[in-house]
Amino acid sequence: MYPAKFDYYRAGSVGEAITLLGQNPDAKIIAGGHSLLPLMKLRLATPAALVDIGRIEELKAIWEENGGVMIGALATHDRIANSDAVKRVAPAVAEAAAHVGDQQVRNRGTIGGNIAHADPASDLPTVLLALDAEIVVQGPNGQRRIPAADFFVDLMTTSMQPDEVLTAVFVPPAPKSAYVKYAHPASGYAMVGACAALDMDGNTIRRARIAIGGATPTPRRLIGVEAGLVGQGLDFVSTVASSAGQGIDDWMGDIQASSEYRRAITPVFVERAINAAAGRA
Amino acid sequence: MATQMIGSSIKRVEDPRFIQGKGTYTDDIKLPGMAHAVFVRSPYAHAKITGIDTSAAQAMPGVVAIYTGQDTQADGVGSNPTGWLLPNLKVPPHPALAVDRVNYVGEPVAVIIADDPYIAHDAADAVHVDYDPLPVVAAPDKAMDGPTIHEEAPGNVAFDWSIGDQAQTDAAFANAAKVAKVHLINNRLIPNAMEPRSCVASPGPTGEVTLWLTSQNPHIHRLIIGAFVLNLPEQKFRVVAPDVGGGFGSKIFIYSDEIVVTWAAMKLGRAIKWTSTRREANMTDAHGRDHVTDAEMAFDANGKILGFRVNTIANLGAYPTLFAPAVPTYLYGTLMSGQYPIPAIYCHVTGVYTNTVPVDAYRGAGRPEATFVVERLVDLGAGELGMDPAELRRVNFVRPDQFPFQTQVALVYDSGNYEAALNRALERLNYADLRRQQEEGRQQGRYIGIGFSSAIEACGLAPSSVVGSLGAQAGQWESAIVRVHPTGKVTVQTGSHSHGQGHETTFAQIVADGLGVPIEDVAIQHGDTAQSPFGWGTYGSRSAAVGGSAVAVSVKKLQDKIKRIAAHLLEANVEDMEYADGKAFVRGAPGRVKTFGEVALMAHLAHQYPPDLEPGLEATTFFDPTNFTFPFCTHVAVVEVDANTGAVDVLRYLAVDDVGNLINPLIVDGQIHGGVVQGIGQALWEGAVYSEDGQLLTGTMMDYAVPKAAYLPMIETDQTVTPAPQNPLGVKGVGEIGAIAAPAAVVNAVVDALKPFGVTHLDMPVTSEKVYQAIHSQAQGA
Repeated sequence: MYPAKFDYYRAGSVGEAITLLGQNPDAKIIAGGHSLLPLMKLRLATPAALVDIGRIEELKAIWEENGGVMIGALATHDRIANSDAVKRVAPAVAEAAAHVGDQQVRNRGTIGGNIAHADPASDLPTVLLALDAEIVVQGPNGQRRIPAADFFVDLMTTSMQPDEVLTAVFVPPAPKSAYVKYAHPASGYAMVGACAALDMDGNTIRRARIAIGGATPTPRRLIGVEAGLVGQGLDFVSTVASSAGQGIDDWMGDIQASSEYRRAITPVFVERAINAAAGRA
Repeated sequence: MATQMIGSSIKRVEDPRFIQGKGTYTDDIKLPGMAHAVFVRSPYAHAKITGIDTSAAQAMPGVVAIYTGQDTQADGVGSNPTGWLLPNLKVPPHPALAVDRVNYVGEPVAVIIADDPYIAHDAADAVHVDYDPLPVVAAPDKAMDGPTIHEEAPGNVAFDWSIGDQAQTDAAFANAAKVAKVHLINNRLIPNAMEPRSCVASPGPTGEVTLWLTSQNPHIHRLIIGAFVLNLPEQKFRVVAPDVGGGFGSKIFIYSDEIVVTWAAMKLGRAIKWTSTRREANMTDAHGRDHVTDAEMAFDANGKILGFRVNTIANLGAYPTLFAPAVPTYLYGTLMSGQYPIPAIYCHVTGVYTNTVPVDAYRGAGRPEATFVVERLVDLGAGELGMDPAELRRVNFVRPDQFPFQTQVALVYDSGNYEAALNRALERLNYADLRRQQEEGRQQGRYIGIGFSSAIEACGLAPSSVVGSLGAQAGQWESAIVRVHPTGKVTVQTGSHSHGQGHETTFAQIVADGLGVPIEDVAIQHGDTAQSPFGWGTYGSRSAAVGGSAVAVSVKKLQDKIKRIAAHLLEANVEDMEYADGKAFVRGAPGRVKTFGEVALMAHLAHQYPPDLEPGLEATTFFDPTNFTFPFCTHVAVVEVDANTGAVDVLRYLAVDDVGNLINPLIVDGQIHGGVVQGIGQALWEGAVYSEDGQLLTGTMMDYAVPKAAYLPMIETDQTVTPAPQNPLGVKGVGEIGAIAAPAAVVNAVVDALKPFGVTHLDMPVTSEKVYQAIHSQAQGA
């Protein structure tokens, strides 16, 4: 548990962080350190330098914007889980944040670090994909907003450039949204996680946004299930959810839960997520 | 009358120190000029070492020394011995550092000594070892057909052992009305003590060495490392086990790490520390269990067990470590009678070597494996017979009037009332109601299961003559010095060791009651060979029964001496003296009294003193009991299976245990809780998994699933009390019974829940995937 040697820089601003990244091509950004440090201690990651953005105050805020919620990259999972704004605007995000690790991890780990790491079993990427969130990043050429669907490229790989800093996440409103997961008994990560967001008219589903994670190298939107739910009542959820995962051919597996098993139980969790979302006020 | 301490649930006196982070663990020890060791470990499960290039590492600033197996061999560092010899046991050499061959992933190949641990790790990465990989065998049931690991053990067979009467057992099966059969795996476990192993060796100026070590038995470590491995005489070798954060068996054994660090410290004349990382711990701590078993149990038409046949292959890993040969034999086959008077038993065990880390004693050691086989088969028998599993147990129990009961597998159970524990459990569960709820649930698609485990344990490891006759290269008595100071304060030195058991509390309770002093006046010291008398340490639930008894006998000796001194001061006959509540008084004349304090002072002043009595007030005892102790229990797990996902939820866990008299019921409950949780962990989540090429797939906490509080119900405990007849405290030991009983209770419950799907057995860990598949394949077949 002794990392290899690395240089350490503390950035006082996002601009300074971008400059430091430009000057240190093998540098990694560190914030809460709860994804990167475990890999460094196992020497699976050996960055030449760390650029610490953990003390940049303006990245810690959470505020409502355009009916949605903007979550600063340095907001911790604990703050997100307990944020009234997040709970009101997009309860699935608060729910997923509350499922990350344990309390100590949630006290230190940040949303920015979590999604920039792009661990396939992580909870938040699934929710951000389902809710059509946008990832706000800043680089030498200014700011850009990346739709979540374009952000998670592959296992531990995002569409961010090496000299870009993730500054915030924008989540559009999704008051009827929920996240459920089946946690790996060792790691606590999702073996299957499912997020559903519904627009409803009485008991009729007008729009459904659904994603799964944990079971595939990147989170996936379930377009077929989404379409199948439109215009349906809740008594039809089970039937539609039973097709969840059809067409996916890159299920992941490990010694606790094989790819076949994850595929088999995915509809159960999708159904539970949809029903939980429908139950939201 | 002062408050009775024995039987009182006082809070542990050691806990404020631990809770506040004020304990002193081995890794907390920092010495001037201390260097740090890191081991280069084999990434291959089986390979020839064709070359080791240390030049790049050697050149790194801050590297003090690099040693390989050539160096330890050249210096005459001895083979790491096993402490338990079975007849015809094949014992291969076990070098501290591999010389020309590695036999498991994680086996140490070289050691780096450097000024700090970062440099040592960097240097370890820079050592280049050339390996020529060899074919690998990791699974016990494939070992006999695998590549030969040690020339000394053809076919990788370490031993072939049996107990019981084969012909008589075959005859019993010929007369059976029903036979239950199972092929089962007892899953391999990683001990996961909270504190990883660690050691600090510090050489003195004239050949003496102090070794701080995460040890459950510092005297054994001194004896074996000193006398058998490093040729270091005991009077110059001190082993200190300071605060130790759990062991579960894994800190009994002698590891290469402490051998090499002690040797290197002497060679360099410099203190050296080594502390295991969690990943190293998973790779190199001795694992537990790992059996593959075929067993069958024969019943008559009324459910009476007629015979029991067991054939087990037990994985010893790559080398036979300290207790390893005893675990799947004398601690396993001898328990095959369970709580039942089985008239014919035959148990055959083949111990095999594989390319995996050694397997040795882990909480329960052999007895959980035995209980799992017995209690699984009783449940399978209930299924065959169409009987309720509780009722089948009841008709078979050894009755109270049958004690002492001689089993067909060597042990003599001294006492017990097995039906009473079962009855207590059924009452507390409201069993008939629970079965009704189960039935109603099934109608609604809820699958609840009830699982029993009526377990027996032979523990309180002792007596010496018996373990000696079974091949132990050790005695199994325990020691205690109880020393009264001039002011009446008391220090106890015990050869037993606490690494979570709470000796500082329970042993003080024994002394406080016996001498009639406040518990605050009693200090318990353990873990330092320079301080405590020789003792065999803590494992096998022996601390209270053997170590505690040694304290109790010393206290009795002090009471006798106090009475003699007081009789002299009171000019009374010693035969007329009594001692109670800290006062020695003349029987029938309570006014003629001397307090403990007065006597303690006079024992040291010796001004007015019996002429034929030595001054001082201390007593030493080496207690060697006459038999094992036999705790027993009925545990019941109530689970619910989610048929959609296969997830198992433990709704209730009830443990009714008979561990004899209770010194501290709070600590007893804590031990039961901890043991049960480990047992539930084995049943549902845990499992050390090696790939076919011998790579450990559960090397980190991300992969190896230890039980988590959120997954567990509140554990309900209850007791029956049948005092142990063979020790003065009437205690039996409580450290292991939870881990022994729980796996069978949980698996029996899951199988019971799945009865509507026709499931009769599932191997541990019963993951949700296994349950899902069992439901799904049965549903498809139907």
